[in-house]
Amino acid sequence: MSVPRSAASGAFWRRRLAGLPLLGPGMVFLFVLAVLPVALVTVYAFFERGRFGGVEFNFTLDNFARLADPLYLGVVLKSILIAGTATGIALLIGYPAALFIARLPRRWRTLALIAVLLPFWTNFLIRTYAWILLLNNAGWINQGLSWLGITSEPVHMLYTEPAVVVGLVYMYLPLMILPLYASLVSHDPQLTEAAVNLGSSPFRVFRTITLPLSAPGALTGCIFVFVPAMGNFIIPELIGGGKTVLIGNLIRDQFLKARDWPFGAALALVMTAFLVLLLVLQQRASRAVSEGKTPKEVKP
Amino acid sequence: MNAPAALPARSRKARGGPRTDAATRPGLHLRLPFWGAIAFLYIPILVVVAMSFNASSNLFSWSGFSLQWYAEVFRSPDILAALGNTLIVAAAAAVLATALGTLTAVGIHRHTSGGLIRAIAIAPAMLPDLLLAIGLLSLFTLLNFTLGLLSVILAHTVFAMAFVTAIVLARLAQVDPSLEEASRDLGASPGRTLLKVTLPQLGPAIISGALLSFTLSLDEFVIAFFTTSPTVSTLPINIYSMVRFGVSPEINALATMLLGLTVLAVLGTQRLTKIADSL
Repeated sequence: MSVPRSAASGAFWRRRLAGLPLLGPGMVFLFVLAVLPVALVTVYAFFERGRFGGVEFNFTLDNFARLADPLYLGVVLKSILIAGTATGIALLIGYPAALFIARLPRRWRTLALIAVLLPFWTNFLIRTYAWILLLNNAGWINQGLSWLGITSEPVHMLYTEPAVVVGLVYMYLPLMILPLYASLVSHDPQLTEAAVNLGSSPFRVFRTITLPLSAPGALTGCIFVFVPAMGNFIIPELIGGGKTVLIGNLIRDQFLKARDWPFGAALALVMTAFLVLLLVLQQRASRAVSEGKTPKEVKP
Repeated sequence: MNAPAALPARSRKARGGPRTDAATRPGLHLRLPFWGAIAFLYIPILVVVAMSFNASSNLFSWSGFSLQWYAEVFRSPDILAALGNTLIVAAAAAVLATALGTLTAVGIHRHTSGGLIRAIAIAPAMLPDLLLAIGLLSLFTLLNFTLGLLSVILAHTVFAMAFVTAIVLARLAQVDPSLEEASRDLGASPGRTLLKVTLPQLGPAIISGALLSFTLSLDEFVIAFFTTSPTVSTLPINIYSMVRFGVSPEINALATMLLGLTVLAVLGTQRLTKIADSL
């Protein structure tokens, strides 16, 4: 590691310059391969599409105006609806599961947490593929249903919208459980114990202590699920059979099929702006919760 | 199945009636969702693993044990080429990301006070992968950079580096600064202090960062899909085109092997971090 020794006289400058060999390579790399690409997408969104793909450098706002087209607006709204439904279901399943893990004895907690997270470390496409085997007309769920005598004919499940929701919940459930667990496990158990000893019903303890204290964790979990669910284009394609077009599919197609990069860039920008807005709101909300009248202040 | 519910330390409360019980230890209303979630998470994977040993090519009925699909995987030149590419990309991206991420983290920790550089360094891990993917495709196209292995390696380094930076920064926050001060006071140059004092303390974080980068790259599909050429495919891209073409038993075998690899990597990370921690 070369450090410019005689480069500066003051200690201040020596400190600043000593940072260059450390920060320089990473910053140059990130500027070229992260800042520039995002800037390019931003710029492209304001230009016209080229005749044979690419970009024609004439300023226009048409790409954003096209978003008002009912066709595209519908796709955006459907993406929000489907990602939102998946997030809600993941919260409903994930909350009690996270609460269960948080209340386990310490040595079981880690094991339970690894059990929940391990599927998340397995390949995304394989986990999507697994659902094709399950949901197919001849698949394992239909076989189970007819074996149990519940159905006589196969239920059509694959290539439907609910199947896409199930796939998204499956994919991101661990991301819901992890932050929920982290916030639930950090609570002081004395709070709930005190409430119980003072005669509160379990439901009241849950409603007045556990639920408000875990709200930031729940919000983080919702963001963790909603953000990737919204941009996902593989599940709608493979489990939705391409019939369910979400914003991710639309962006992908603009870049790889329709060759309308500026419109694809505009879509990606709008999606990212929406997600950043959600992140900001989430930060505000969790700050408000942790600063507000929560039982945390009672903590000794 | 319900063994974890027994809590010796609090067993005195267990007889206190169902009301107290519910608030202090996991009851059935929590146990059921947990095991339900576990079943939901594992059954699809288990089906894939089980069917990879199926003798018949029918994916929906079991007709005996066989390893023929594993043999099939190793006979497929496409899959082998994709596997090779994936390993090259993951190894190269892990090395690059670990080097750049570690340097950046140490630099941020020592030489910056504001959050801008930190935010830029961590941002690629938070950005939607699709945005990064189309951005990089636009950049490579604009620069006439040939798409292929190198472009995928660079692209994967971008987000992997962010994870390394975050992990090493978290570790740096716990490191005792007086050791570095002592080294400097005793006359060691900044470079020597970095090599002999700072980096050894960061060992576990650097190792987990490298392994995380490797695993992330191994599994990454979206960015690789956008930044590669049609002739160079990684394993996830290969699986994607296979699944799109139709389900086939080879995918089960390939999937099972990848699952095994991932489980090994996760366990290995845990073990290595523990070893490095005890050094």
